[in-house]
Amino acid sequence: MLAQLFRFKGGVKPQTNKAISVQQPIGQAPLPARLFVPLHQSIGGAPNPLVQAGDTVRKGQLIGGADAWVSAAVHAPTSGRVLAVEPHVAAHPSGLPTLCVVIEPDGRDEWIERRPVDHRSLAPERVRELLRDAGVVGLGGAAFPSHAKLTPARAVAMEHLVINGAECEPFMTCDDVLMRERADEIVRGIAIFRELLSAREVLIGIEDNKPAAIAAMQEAVLRLAPDYRVVAVPTLYPAGGAKQLIRVLTGKEVPASRRSTELGVQCFNVATVYTAYRALTHGEPVLSRIVTLTGNVEQPRNWEVSLGTPMREVVALARPRADSSSFLMGGPMMGFEIPDLDAPVVKATNCIIAGSPGLFPPPPPEMPCIRCGACAEVCPHELQPFELYWFARARNFGKTQEYYIFDCIECGCCSYVCPSHIPLVQYFRFAKSEIWAREREKQAADAAKERFELRNARAEREQAEKAERLARAASARTSEKKAPPEAAPAADHPPAAAGEAATTASEAEAAKKAAIAAAIERARLQRESAQPRNTERLSAGQQREIAAVEARRAARSTADTTAMSATTGTAATTDPAGAAVAPAGSQRDE
Amino acid sequence: MITALAIMALGAIVLGAALGYASIRFKVEGDPLVEKIDAILPQTQCGQCGYPGCKPYATAISAGEADINLCPPGGMDGVRKLADLLGREVKPLEAEEKPKQIAIIDEQTCIGCTLCIQACPVDAIVGAAKQMHTIIEPLCTGCELCVKPCPVECISMQPIAENIDNWKWKYPVFEIKRAA
Repeated sequence: MLAQLFRFKGGVKPQTNKAISVQQPIGQAPLPARLFVPLHQSIGGAPNPLVQAGDTVRKGQLIGGADAWVSAAVHAPTSGRVLAVEPHVAAHPSGLPTLCVVIEPDGRDEWIERRPVDHRSLAPERVRELLRDAGVVGLGGAAFPSHAKLTPARAVAMEHLVINGAECEPFMTCDDVLMRERADEIVRGIAIFRELLSAREVLIGIEDNKPAAIAAMQEAVLRLAPDYRVVAVPTLYPAGGAKQLIRVLTGKEVPASRRSTELGVQCFNVATVYTAYRALTHGEPVLSRIVTLTGNVEQPRNWEVSLGTPMREVVALARPRADSSSFLMGGPMMGFEIPDLDAPVVKATNCIIAGSPGLFPPPPPEMPCIRCGACAEVCPHELQPFELYWFARARNFGKTQEYYIFDCIECGCCSYVCPSHIPLVQYFRFAKSEIWAREREKQAADAAKERFELRNARAEREQAEKAERLARAASARTSEKKAPPEAAPAADHPPAAAGEAATTASEAEAAKKAAIAAAIERARLQRESAQPRNTERLSAGQQREIAAVEARRAARSTADTTAMSATTGTAATTDPAGAAVAPAGSQRDE
Repeated sequence: MITALAIMALGAIVLGAALGYASIRFKVEGDPLVEKIDAILPQTQCGQCGYPGCKPYATAISAGEADINLCPPGGMDGVRKLADLLGREVKPLEAEEKPKQIAIIDEQTCIGCTLCIQACPVDAIVGAAKQMHTIIEPLCTGCELCVKPCPVECISMQPIAENIDNWKWKYPVFEIKRAA
């Protein structure tokens, strides 16, 4: 059956350089002296550490539990002792630290009890949970938790399940060798995903520069699941992009800011499918991945590396040549330079390329954009990179969003063809991270505003309540005082002499003074009547202690003031609570 | 002549009634400009502009009483956005621009006086009388209002360090090399 293939717009054909690293089969990388397993290896929430320094762990033991739905668990890649849970440099372009579990392997490589399950006997929700807890994420490089992609859309029936074996990045061959050597397991894994999504058709897309992988997959499909279709797609970068491969195989174009599920298509990488199969059928969580070591090295090859192995030790396996000046993680088109080789291998590390000035010459100086439009011609998402560049450079981020900067997959085609050698993708990354930062700030500002308004409302309410209380107290007082003043006016009026004004003034003053004295007395009474809060239910020992302290205080006050000693001493001894109450009472008034 | 007058008068009455109804029906509550200005301000509620909060400052700007360059937490970026919105000229900031900070309470020194809790405009400090207080870091806006009331000077402002979550790609800069 000859399938009709479609074409996506744009794309480039860089030199593939793949042949050098597929000469040898996948090697098993030795365990390093120390593993640094980052807890946050996928998109989404950062898993919480479940182990402490000093714990012993076994291979496959959960060390980081998923904290949200879009999050994936992390496991100990081998048995050993946890030395620390501490920040360690991350496999990230920034070279900043991230929380890692440092494990010292004991060399025994002891497994936990593995529990293989039959996915058909479980509810789909349970299977998705198992995949999350096995740490299955997209191994093509994006590391998006796979279980979150395995929910079919309610409205649209799943038409196609696209399995991505295109591997379009130059130099990279980890998926190629995986398909050659472990095709059966991939095909069995596809069956699991197909059932979860109840997809009608399975399409396995492999670029036609990998004939051995195509043959191996075809052979496995023929034996295990004859209704899957292995399709050779033309070699054109970036055919391995999810949206591009969907376009090539099904002709469907996924619109901006929509998911392919809404069109009845879902796409997974071959390595992801393989790990899902291992996780369910063998009960083995994701502990290692295949990493291509290539570039300026003596022994380019693919190695199965335990997650958390420092890149320095991995790179050493390939024996980089002396003039290697830099190391890239990912391919030359989309990868980034590793700032520090102490960074560990993570689930997203598909390839490490040793670079030299000869292999990747330093970029020529950036020249002005001549608006030739070459970038727009090769852009696989039909964006206008020259416009985006213009606005990103001017930091006009609103405009970049109008030109759909978030549809950019940073494939690097535009930078590749730019005759002015403008590093367009770097400008786009800059603009995107600025926009995200502003979005975060905006959200923080909105939250702060809300809290401020709530606080103001609370303050107002409290003030109103207090005013009401005072008003009520005042009205109660006036009604109380109503009775005596009735007699007073009668007494005041008759002596209508010359010094009348003076006498009324002095009387008013006296009344005020009396009121103040009364208030002070009231406060004192209130203080005395209030019960201490922390002197109830004291033990006999505590009571003895208090009595001793009081006695000491009484003795001191007698020594200080001989005249007043009698009264204060008795007061202190008879009413030990009085002193303790005062501060508590004043606080309650606030 | 009379009919013409009558038609014009009728038209005037109908249109007047429509306008009158519209002015009641579509009445805008509050000043939309104030809301727009307020949305640009950083909502730290710090009062460094001389107004008791971001909203009063926004009101003052919209009334033409305050200048647009009085908000240090907003930075030059904020001034530029305000200038854009209001069609005014961009002016240099009145105060110096500081990196984003948060307050940190030295919990050993704190005496639990609650003065900082009362000063915090966004309820980002927890604690009770005679109990240790602490700052809820994600909620702190870095307004510095809690620093002054503290009687034991245990609150310090610390700039937010760069971490993997708030790290940003840098603006592409290239070394210019001298040609020969």
